[in-house]
Amino acid sequence: MKKKFNLTDLDCANCAAKMEEAINRIDGVKAATVSFIQQRLTIEAEDERFDEIMDQVVKVCKKVEPDCEIVLK
Amino acid sequence: MNKKQKKMLCRIFAAAILLVTAVATERFTGGQLYLGQDSPLLTVPFLSQARPGQDAAGNQIIGYFLELWWLYLIPYFTIGWDILWKALRNIKNGQVFDENFLMAIATVGALAIGEYPEAVFVMLFYQVGELFQAVAVGKSRKSIAALMDIRPDSAKVERNGTVEEVDPEEVAVGEIIVIKPGERVPIDGVVLEGTSTLNTAALTGESLPRDIGPGDDVISGCINMSGLLRVRTTKEFGESTVAKILDLVENSSTKKARTEQFITRFAKWYTPAVVIGAVALAILPPLLIDGDWIRWFRQALIFLVISCPCALVISVPLTFFGGIGGCSKAGILVKGSNYLEALARTETVVFDKTGTLTRGVFLVATIHPEEGTQERLLELAALAESYSNHPIARSLREAYGKEIEEARVTHVEELAGRGVKAEVDGLTLYVGNDKLMEEEGAAWRPCHKAGTIVHVAEKGTYLGHIVISDQVKPDAQEAIAALKEIGVKKTVMLTGDAKEVGDAVGAQLGLDEVHAQLLPADKVAQVEALLREKSPKAALAFVGDGINDAPVLSRADVGVAMGALGSDAAIEAADVVLMDDKPSKLAQAIAMARRTLRIANQNIVFALGVKGIFLLMGVLGKANMWEATFADVGVSVIAILNATRALKTGK
Repeated sequence: MKKKFNLTDLDCANCAAKMEEAINRIDGVKAATVSFIQQRLTIEAEDERFDEIMDQVVKVCKKVEPDCEIVLK
Repeated sequence: MNKKQKKMLCRIFAAAILLVTAVATERFTGGQLYLGQDSPLLTVPFLSQARPGQDAAGNQIIGYFLELWWLYLIPYFTIGWDILWKALRNIKNGQVFDENFLMAIATVGALAIGEYPEAVFVMLFYQVGELFQAVAVGKSRKSIAALMDIRPDSAKVERNGTVEEVDPEEVAVGEIIVIKPGERVPIDGVVLEGTSTLNTAALTGESLPRDIGPGDDVISGCINMSGLLRVRTTKEFGESTVAKILDLVENSSTKKARTEQFITRFAKWYTPAVVIGAVALAILPPLLIDGDWIRWFRQALIFLVISCPCALVISVPLTFFGGIGGCSKAGILVKGSNYLEALARTETVVFDKTGTLTRGVFLVATIHPEEGTQERLLELAALAESYSNHPIARSLREAYGKEIEEARVTHVEELAGRGVKAEVDGLTLYVGNDKLMEEEGAAWRPCHKAGTIVHVAEKGTYLGHIVISDQVKPDAQEAIAALKEIGVKKTVMLTGDAKEVGDAVGAQLGLDEVHAQLLPADKVAQVEALLREKSPKAALAFVGDGINDAPVLSRADVGVAMGALGSDAAIEAADVVLMDDKPSKLAQAIAMARRTLRIANQNIVFALGVKGIFLLMGVLGKANMWEATFADVGVSVIAILNATRALKTGK
């Protein structure tokens, strides 16, 4: 399943790159990109575990860039 | 500026005033105040010391003085508390090497060696730069978003006799939507009622309006300019043109150019490397050379400030995204910055003929009767072909233009691969190719005109022939000339048509090579041969109409499809889509791709160059904190401003 999430307060491009790297390392994530310009996270992950994976994504992002928040719809 | 940025601006002003006050106070008092013998401040540690100095009257005394350096801490914390906080927090989270860390170390270090105004100023300037950067990034984010602002907010649907306004995603196929003048078409559909003109500028970059009426297809993303339209939807929102285009442009950031990947990789080892460099600079020279710890420590701090990689990390992706945004504004969809890179290297351009350089619409070009009038010959041919669905037959009927009286046509017989036999007004007509004429013993003659030739004979008597040809697009010649002008070395046309037809078009347009009578598989082989011929670093672009060229499109370095406004196949198969079917857009796309790359390279060279120079100056002790901050923040801002140039369409 592929989903897109908006990001708020994504202020530094380097952090976006770091977030992208960290999210891609999460188990079950097939592909993830963080676009600094669009302030958007595109993530493709296993269907059954999607919510669980998203929890981890949020946690990882808090660690890498605490200011930036993922808008979960 | 948003709220956060305005708040920052206030902090900057406040800190600046406090800094000026602190500097003025220190200058005025000589850095310390005489406290007398019994001031309550004497109990505060660090701030007061007994030392020789002057009292208010100017007499040499030994007494208690109040140190004033702490005055600088007020503006320092006003402007820098968040940086310090973020640095600490990130260290706790295991994210050590970031710009907050660099700035915190550098300024705290400066405070530690007694360079108070410098520390405050560096922090202040850094925040000014960050603010400027945030505003610039916000601006370009906005202008990129505006370029893609073709997403309709709502759709007006007729349900149970009333018009409801709903989310476009909730509209089913076959429902009736109403589009008022000035509104955007939300979903692809067919006009049931109303006439209007559509502005397709958002999709094609051309502001040429299109007239539409009942029965015409409307494409989402266009703006309805004049009349009220009732439209029956033919697609869901997700399948509509506008959704596809948005999806494509938004996903373009997943395919990164090599330059972008290089920057990401570069940043990863760069920051730790400079921190190690700075540590070495602080420790090794005093040990090995002069033992001047303070001086080398300061130099190491300067080195740290200069080294932040932000300029590159922000400006390069911004440049590419701006380039893609600018292209889509001009009606050129690029699916990723890697294709932008390939476009810029294009040396060979291969065109498919039909639908790309020519319109793909067959029209009667010439009528050569043996005897009688042209009208008569066309009438006979059109009537004989009146039952056929072949494009040639259709173009004959279209050229004839009058109502076909079916009663005049009897005994129609299709002769596979040759033509038709039919009785028209009692005459037995044979309409078809030269083979058919041979069979019927008609004295046919070849024609000097290129195109598909339709011979007409009445039993054994040759009546004449009609030449039907595909029309060259009005801007095809200009397209080839423009490609040559920007330095494309070879232009090639591939076609499944007869050699004469291909050669005629090739000569007319000034193409370098024409390969005719190719089957789809032959086209792939031809493209592969051309791929081997080109120089190794250059790219080959294939331009097709995207419908039956998928294998070739994917084989080429850059597959360019004619978008044919809404043709799904084209949008899916290609790497680059020219929305308005104009081959001349290709030269513009290449020019814009090159400009984007040039800007990206400028930014890389500029940022690394300035940083390199300042790092060297830092090592040699020729740069001070102020210059160091400029090298970091100033370069970022300039690089970002430069990156926003990529947004321009370059017309």
